Amino acid sequence: MNFRHVGADYKIVARTYFRNPVALFFSLFFPIILIALFGLIFSATGSGPVTVDVLNEDHNSPVSEAFLSALNNTTVVKVSLVSDTSVTPSNFAAWLGQNDLPVGLIVPAGFEKDYLNRTSTNLTVFTNPQDASVTGTVLGAVQGVANGFNLASACGGRVCSPVISYTSRNVGSQVYTYIDYLIPGLIGFAILTSPMFSMVDVASSYRKDGIFRELSLTPLTRAEWLLSRTTWYVGITFVTAGIMIGAGIFLFSAHVQLNLGILPFLVVGPFFFVSLGMLAGSVARTPESAALIGNIITFPMMFLSGTFFTVSSFPPALQAFAHILPLYYVIDGMNQVMLFANASRALLDLVIVLVGGIIVFVLAIRLFKWRDE
Amino acid sequence: MSAAIEVQGLVKRYGELAAVDGIDFTVSKGSVFSFLGPNGAGKTTTVEILEGLRRRSAGQVRVLDLDPWTDGAALHRRIGVIPQDFRFFEKITAKEAIEYYRALFGTHADPGELLANVELLDKIHARFDTLSGGQKQKLGLALALTNDPEICFLDEPTTGLDPHARRAIWAVIRNLKREGRTVFLTTHYLEEAELLADHVAIIHHGKIIASGSPAEIIREYGRPERITVVGPPDLAQYLESHVGLPTTTDNGRISIELADKRDALRILSAIDASGLPWESFETSQETLEDVFVRLVGQMDEGALKQETPT
Ligand SMILES: Nc1ncnc2c1ncn2[C@@H]1O[C@H](COP(=O)(O)OP(=O)(O)OP(=O)(O)O)[C@@H](O)[C@H]1O
Ligand SMILES: [Mg+2]
Repeated sequence: MNFRHVGADYKIVARTYFRNPVALFFSLFFPIILIALFGLIFSATGSGPVTVDVLNEDHNSPVSEAFLSALNNTTVVKVSLVSDTSVTPSNFAAWLGQNDLPVGLIVPAGFEKDYLNRTSTNLTVFTNPQDASVTGTVLGAVQGVANGFNLASACGGRVCSPVISYTSRNVGSQVYTYIDYLIPGLIGFAILTSPMFSMVDVASSYRKDGIFRELSLTPLTRAEWLLSRTTWYVGITFVTAGIMIGAGIFLFSAHVQLNLGILPFLVVGPFFFVSLGMLAGSVARTPESAALIGNIITFPMMFLSGTFFTVSSFPPALQAFAHILPLYYVIDGMNQVMLFANASRALLDLVIVLVGGIIVFVLAIRLFKWRDE
Repeated sequence: MSAAIEVQGLVKRYGELAAVDGIDFTVSKGSVFSFLGPNGAGKTTTVEILEGLRRRSAGQVRVLDLDPWTDGAALHRRIGVIPQDFRFFEKITAKEAIEYYRALFGTHADPGELLANVELLDKIHARFDTLSGGQKQKLGLALALTNDPEICFLDEPTTGLDPHARRAIWAVIRNLKREGRTVFLTTHYLEEAELLADHVAIIHHGKIIASGSPAEIIREYGRPERITVVGPPDLAQYLESHVGLPTTTDNGRISIELADKRDALRILSAIDASGLPWESFETSQETLEDVFVRLVGQMDEGALKQETPT
């Protein structure tokens, strides 16, 4: 590995890029457009009953159980009791976030006593605002059941204030809005698309134009070449991520944590997709088939890896599919770092992407020939 | 003193087609070797095998005593290549392209000097996609020289160039030879081979059908020299009876094939002695081009029997 070679090739990439206004536009303004577009249009997804994870602090009291079974009977939600004893009301929100659980409910201690005494008691509902329809469904169901219980509570004809009320909170360790979830997703989108689309194109058009043949006659190695491209896309990703986070914060008051922990993802992610793009471009014989292969790989990942919609809001089969997509781990890792402060899961995600990236890099170097065999 | 390039029994098959069908040749160091052949003859295939870009199907190939396919990395530091239809990064200027190669090869070539050498100094800051075809070709030549190569492979470097640009490239090639480099040149242009090459091999359908210096090829395969006199029919009869060589007359042009160079002198004195009027005379020799066209044509008609080269 000769870094002078990498540096020389890097200059070529940078110049090519800066002299191409369209490429420049796409990498600088596209992120802002995406943030603006999706920040304004809230997603609406979800169908079938929504699972609600319930932390019942009024342990097994008949009234709390009656309330939960009434909630279950609405059929729009499905109650699931939290069995993990380490979960407490104070860490519940973070726990939901870390486990990709979209909805949670806390029944407070003394719920039955307060209800029977007609002292007001307050439920806490956690939802992910990115799933607007799920949030609406769950809040509606809780509201409906609480109303029923409030009516049933004997007020003796007097006008009395409702006994059971609820507070709506967001999944995660603090209050998040859709835009907060969107930022890691869109950074992931950029990590995927800009290297994939251009590497597939470069791999096939350089071969067609004989530029690889030219390069093969110089001491530049394929690994050096791929490293220079990777370095370039890492740089692009840093700029794009910066623009997206900035736009999110200034335009939509996002509250992402600016944590250095996302940096490894901004390096390893582009490394993975530069190699994958190269691999896709080298197995194809013509630019047209390269573009096709590139699209077949890219499109499912563009939508199903948690870019615009959280994976936890998908039907189970689609969730299982999302878990085989490499971009899922990039985005999940950034979510864990930027939203849930869950370092261990982020590290696992990082290792998965890194190992995958090394495998794809080696395969790409093996299969990508710059001369005809 | 070993040869720069040695090829024995080289074969390259693409499926059924033998694009190169058992060729042998040697290029001595410091010489200009030209590969002449019509479209599809196998020129590019051969050159790319010598450059280590394509794998041969059979035969022995040594370039600078290296096997181009397996010792590519070592070989590429010592050769310069300009491919047929040279393309480069679109948005990169001529100067930047040379700086790029300079960094890759770790040499100290001066972009201005290299570009001046190929008469492209005025385009030093022009991007590749704004260069004309001939200017691209010149840049390719400058790039091929960035690593101060011992052998230059030029695959049809002047195809599509205007006469002036072609002469500029010729001058560069002559200069390469003067500097002691070996040049392997493929071309369609017979004139080019005749002017530049020390040794020419004519390749057709993957086989070498003639080989030698341009003069040798013309001597061996060319028709004899002839003298043509413009004059009246009486003169034709006079010459036939007095010189004893067969004459042909076409539109007042009396043409006589020379069996020997001195026949020309006998014919001229016979003209003088005849006292008949005449307008002009000229001697002519088939050019390499005539030979080439005829050999290729004969081979296509199957008329050329297994001619052995050299
Ligand atoms: N990669 C390939 N696959 C299959 N056939 C090929 C390939 N490259 C060349 N050929 C065939 O081999 C033959 C020789 O081709 P080559 O390019 O060597 O010719 P050439 O002498 O350079 O012709 P030109 O003067 O047109 O450049 C042609 O018939 C061509 O169709
Ligand atoms: Mg050719």
